[in-house]
Amino acid sequence: MSRDGATPSQTVGPYFRLGLDRPEWSDLTRDGPRGEKIVVEGRVLDGDGSPVDDAVLEIWQADADGRYDHPDDGRPADERFHGFGRAMTDEAGRYRFVTIRPGRVPGQGGAPQAPHINLTIFARGLLKQLVTRIYFADEPSNDGDPVLAGIGDPAARRTLLADRQDAGAVYRFDVVLQGKGETAFFDV
Amino acid sequence: MNRELPRYARPPPGAQPPYLHRDYGSTVKRAPSRALLPLQQTLSEITGPRFRAEPELIDLTRQGKGEALGQRIIVAGRLVEEGGRPVRRTLVELWQCNAAGRYLHGKDEHDAPLDPNFTGLGRAMTNDQGEYRFLTIQPGAYPWRNTYNAWRPAHIHFSVFGPAFASRLVTQMYFPGDPLLPLDPIYNSVPDEAARRRLVSAYDPDLSKAEYALGYRFDVVLRGRESTPFEGAR
Repeated sequence: MSRDGATPSQTVGPYFRLGLDRPEWSDLTRDGPRGEKIVVEGRVLDGDGSPVDDAVLEIWQADADGRYDHPDDGRPADERFHGFGRAMTDEAGRYRFVTIRPGRVPGQGGAPQAPHINLTIFARGLLKQLVTRIYFADEPSNDGDPVLAGIGDPAARRTLLADRQDAGAVYRFDVVLQGKGETAFFDV
Repeated sequence: MNRELPRYARPPPGAQPPYLHRDYGSTVKRAPSRALLPLQQTLSEITGPRFRAEPELIDLTRQGKGEALGQRIIVAGRLVEEGGRPVRRTLVELWQCNAAGRYLHGKDEHDAPLDPNFTGLGRAMTNDQGEYRFLTIQPGAYPWRNTYNAWRPAHIHFSVFGPAFASRLVTQMYFPGDPLLPLDPIYNSVPDEAARRRLVSAYDPDLSKAEYALGYRFDVVLRGRESTPFEGAR
């Protein structure tokens, strides 16, 4: 045991762009990975429904075959896909990632989970990050996903589903920090 | 897959700040109103990004044509998991205001001078012992509009990646003896005093460089792996 516990979180504050701005990281397809190229975009809104123009979003996801580029996965992942992205909201609270649709990842006991993207939100006014998952509304395997099934409130479950837009492979996922339509956040 | 996967420990009560902390006004409209949903960790949570060779910016005093103004400081420490395992070859990002308390950022309207030779942006990879080291400038305190005549204690923002999505941490490093610390709602958002004190760096004479810079040590401890993973107990 270490004599110290973990270092507490503190807010990113309003000036994070200075240290965290890596515009190229919002495109996870830079190296030409396998799989269906998609856009995931949306807005971040506060408890008044006002846009949050100072949020940092980070995503972490599996490759097209559902493998993470990480030693604890233990299966070789697509060498052209590393799974991590970062984007910042603009003055209208909008963010945008270009990525690929992930495959199914093993869950508890090895049963496959539905395809999903893990999402972290940092912002001024968030003393620690919020964590949620982006699922795809048009994905048949959602019905068997243990995490979605564990959310009793259908309205809360619905907040995790990104809708495919008419134009191309664009999925819309809004993050509502508080109030009406509040996104379901997880304690990981 | 029947391998046993590591599991990341949850923090004890009071060791992390809450979302809603009314003394920090920006939390009031941004904190979720519903309790977080429990999530059994899966591969999605226990894996996380790895970084190869990121370009480093470890000397913040010489990013311009001349030297940055202010008191030179060395900020160094180790990044470890609870239990002491070093986090090797991972990315440490930092940002801070200049010696006058001004950020190089369009939103910062504080009437204090910018320093053309100081950006306040740093980036390093930890070594095989989990160590990082920066040379920078002592940041100033600055006013903010949380309440009338409120001032943030001097601090440096840190962003670190551990081995997993579950161990991601963004925090702030403070300086020992700062009279603004007892008054700061962000620092005091952490309920447990011992946990809060982990945010304060230590002056380290051995780290100081004679005739040149003061040394402050700031070790960062990330959520550790539980020593005996077990299935289904909840």
